[in-house]
Amino acid sequence: MSMGSAHLSTSADSSASLGPAPHAPAAAVFGYLLSLGDDALVLGHRLSEWSGRGPTLEEDIALSNLALDLIGQARLCYAYAGEVEGEGRDEDALAYLRDEHAYRNLLLLEQPNGDFAMTMARHLLYAAFLDPYFKALAASADPRLAEIGAKAAKEMAYHLRHAAEWVIRLGDGTEESRTRTAAALDELWMYTGEMFEMDASETLLAAQGIAVDRGSLRPVWEATLARVLAEATLARPADRWMQCGGRAGRHSEHLGRLLAEMQVLHRAHPGASW
Amino acid sequence: MPSEPERKAHPTGADDGTEALARARAAVAAVVDPEIPILTLEDLGILRGVAHQDGEIVVELTPTYIGCPATFAIRLAVEAALAAAGLPKARVVTRLSPPWSTDAITEAGRRKLKAFGIAPPAHATGPGALFCDPEVACPRCGSTNTRKLSEFGSTACKAQWRCEACREPFDYFKCI
Repeated sequence: MSMGSAHLSTSADSSASLGPAPHAPAAAVFGYLLSLGDDALVLGHRLSEWSGRGPTLEEDIALSNLALDLIGQARLCYAYAGEVEGEGRDEDALAYLRDEHAYRNLLLLEQPNGDFAMTMARHLLYAAFLDPYFKALAASADPRLAEIGAKAAKEMAYHLRHAAEWVIRLGDGTEESRTRTAAALDELWMYTGEMFEMDASETLLAAQGIAVDRGSLRPVWEATLARVLAEATLARPADRWMQCGGRAGRHSEHLGRLLAEMQVLHRAHPGASW
Repeated sequence: MPSEPERKAHPTGADDGTEALARARAAVAAVVDPEIPILTLEDLGILRGVAHQDGEIVVELTPTYIGCPATFAIRLAVEAALAAAGLPKARVVTRLSPPWSTDAITEAGRRKLKAFGIAPPAHATGPGALFCDPEVACPRCGSTNTRKLSEFGSTACKAQWRCEACREPFDYFKCI
């Protein structure tokens, strides 16, 4: 997001010649970009909550680094979304001036950090999905989305590696770390189904080669998890009722609190610059 | 040649842009990375081009990491360098594609990193490798008996390593 009046935009002037693929409905592309941006911002904010509180100095730095990548992804998506919408909303307006019902992020990503095992379990479940997702997005028919995918894919590779290494260490660690990690996976499992769901407009974009067919990534996701959990000596939780609704703006109470903290400064000083 | 400095300080605007372009290239080439100030933008491989278009200078930069906070500082530094060179009509644009890679760091850049005490990146690793560490030589003693302390360091682009031979901790500019 920008600091004061200095807009850190990397977009408006960046790929001026690149726009949505012809015939793509702008409203669908806008909604899709918001989903991608909201996912990245909400998880990025969650990870940033660890800054200064990490279990070790190295891990504190690691989590802040990972948060920064996600917030960078959010900025690219919001800036492009604002251009597609064409109503003058920039990345700040989209991040700071929308209420929780307008946020479209996955429920998984707004879940509180919990203990370190919970944060790493959440990150593994999501990075195992997002890493192949961005690789696939790099082939999008929309050149702007393709370049965002290609750029972000490079970074998600180490997000996945970092989360996997920790889940293995914790799962195959002490009785305490093992118990906590197993409990975290178990608690978060009901939020994993939503990653693979697509509404009608995202399905349409996927059919046009603009968005990625989320369901097609399930085998890769399952294979990554199977490999990591085997090494962590942890069992894959059993499938059960899956929570959903984040994409439609139906969130847990946790998101409202997250947004309140994230948005308060911007809203308390509208238009402030320094 | 008394007229030369005079012309540099006060561009006439009547030239075809060749002279302005040369001045812009020289000015931008001297800008350094704010977090690793031994590297110029060219050493780092993030300068994608300097051109003269419709009476203004257009500089193309690419970010190293998507969320790198230095991106904004670099952009400002480029604009300031161009203004100081008498080229206020300048624009900095960001190009994401193709994404930056540590392979874009020049040989000169790699040598400067090592001399500065930062191990230069091992050449590109395949994307998505789940478990693997590169072989990294200690920038101080050259030993490859080194160990990764943390994949994340003081900036997005560096990892923390330690040499087991000379016991010196050092930064490693990691591959991406």
